[in-house]
Amino acid sequence: MTHAVLPDTETRSEPGWLRRNKLAIAPWVFLIPALIFFAIYVVIPIFESLWLSLYQWNGLYDAEGNSTAVWVGFENYVKLWDDPNFWTSLRNNIAWLILYMLAVPLGLFIALFLNQTVTGMRFYKSMFFFPFVISQVVVGLIFGWFYNPDFGVVGTVWKAMFCEETTNILGNTTFVCERPVPDILSSEQWATYGIIAAGLWPQIAYCMILYLTGLNNVAADQIEAARLDGAKGWKMLWYVVVPQLKPATFIAVVVTVIGALRSFDMIAIMTQGGPFGSTNVLSHYMFEVAISEYGERYGYGSSVATVLFGIMLFFISYFLWRMYQDEKGGR
Amino acid sequence: MFPRPIEKSGPTAKAAYQAFLPVALIMWLLPLLAIFLTSIRSAADINSGNVFGWPSEFALIANYTAVFTQSAAAQYMINSVLITVPTVIISVALACLAGYALAIYRFRVALPLFFLFVAGNFIPFQILMVPVRDMSVQTGLYDTIAGQFLFHAAFQTGFCTLFMRNFIKALPFDLVESARIEGVAEWRIFWYVVLPLVRPAIAALAVLIFTFVWNDFFWANVLTQGESAKPITAGVRALNGQFVNNWHLVSAASLLAAIPPVVCFFLMQRHFIAGLTLGAVK
Repeated sequence: MTHAVLPDTETRSEPGWLRRNKLAIAPWVFLIPALIFFAIYVVIPIFESLWLSLYQWNGLYDAEGNSTAVWVGFENYVKLWDDPNFWTSLRNNIAWLILYMLAVPLGLFIALFLNQTVTGMRFYKSMFFFPFVISQVVVGLIFGWFYNPDFGVVGTVWKAMFCEETTNILGNTTFVCERPVPDILSSEQWATYGIIAAGLWPQIAYCMILYLTGLNNVAADQIEAARLDGAKGWKMLWYVVVPQLKPATFIAVVVTVIGALRSFDMIAIMTQGGPFGSTNVLSHYMFEVAISEYGERYGYGSSVATVLFGIMLFFISYFLWRMYQDEKGGR
Repeated sequence: MFPRPIEKSGPTAKAAYQAFLPVALIMWLLPLLAIFLTSIRSAADINSGNVFGWPSEFALIANYTAVFTQSAAAQYMINSVLITVPTVIISVALACLAGYALAIYRFRVALPLFFLFVAGNFIPFQILMVPVRDMSVQTGLYDTIAGQFLFHAAFQTGFCTLFMRNFIKALPFDLVESARIEGVAEWRIFWYVVLPLVRPAIAALAVLIFTFVWNDFFWANVLTQGESAKPITAGVRALNGQFVNNWHLVSAASLLAAIPPVVCFFLMQRHFIAGLTLGAVK
């Protein structure tokens, strides 16, 4: 190491106590800036939100600068229990969680399809990853237009299949359809699934890239040995390849669960929770009650956020426990 | 390698595979292609429902110019840059320091602190929303650029520290130890020994955080109000309201918003992917 011979006068001039405890103090000096930032913007607000969920507050301060929040105990949670919009949001969150998981196997299959070495493969791999790089706002707009019954792809394809183009007496083109063009995002029944399908598009791309990276590390000799033993197709995939992809699968599941529970952008762009609250999820409903719709209801919003936080905490604890097991195994 | 390399399956299979690849790609990117085609059409095509057909006229330049002249898109783009760049610098710098501390020193709370950063990275934004918004209003940071990048920098520090700590932990510890034996001061070890070795991690984090923050939509809604501090993602939504059913202009604006992260990805692909796998899948 060439760096190790650098002249170093600082340590010699340090006072004795500092010098003796150098290794105990140094980590804190390195940590303090990050810890201060993280505490102010992340750790303390979590506890403030939990606390605020026991208050009723419109976000205003009186003339002396004191908060006008009123303590209501668990009233917000009691209201939540009787709030049909809350239950719809929770049900949709579960639908997101379950259906979003499809991104993991679908990502694996696209990765397996692309795991070849023909010319131009790098280009194809990066193009397949493309949907993940663009903002969810843009994905939401793209699919909002895609589903549009008048101007979009779904409308156009449907008209081509089921409708007859006629010209009315005024000379305008109209369509006479056997079945009306579906307006997916205006249907209480289908809108949520339409948004989830749109959300799957970038998420599949993410899982695909995780698996493509994982597939690079699959031990070729084990595959060959299994092949000599007569394994092929599904059996090979399930018993030989998938076990070796475990780290990639773990991360794919983590990011998909978090992504499903965090879904906000697409809903805000495509339906804003409508029609009639049928596509709301907790993250969007919280935003809606806290800021936009009926003025500011910080306390009630915080109680919705607390429920969502509780659900996430369940998954986060599991992930941390898994990471802890790995840490114990390592250095 | 699995599945079996296509070269071993004979020339027919290989040709079929290579012919199918572009078809699969077009199907996969169909929504994107459709919106690109829409963005270069004229209003007449949109109204007559011409989605897949040949554009009756090419309005590429006209549409993209219209986005800038008829809306505050230029302002939104500048705001996005002013928010993302300081975020990247602050969060990566803080994470280098914190990651070094958590990877190199053995002290009792190192692991709990590390898990604190990891957990903070996964929590829902909504649990932070009300206090952060209230704090921003109180300190005058609401509806400013600084209010947004300070928050993003703090939040992304969690992810950056997770990544940086794992990266430094994988470096050979002997380097640090031999420097200590030579009597090199701790901050010099950080600066001259470790920092040059973590450059790939810095690159990976920089592109990832740039993309994450550029694509942020939630905080743009929580922390801004007017046009002066809105980033392009929130701006595109505002444009969507302004250009109702002018899908050619909405598409052009959406694609403009997507360009910087896409360029970033294609320039730094290797780093980007290394970052996304959280350093756990090499």
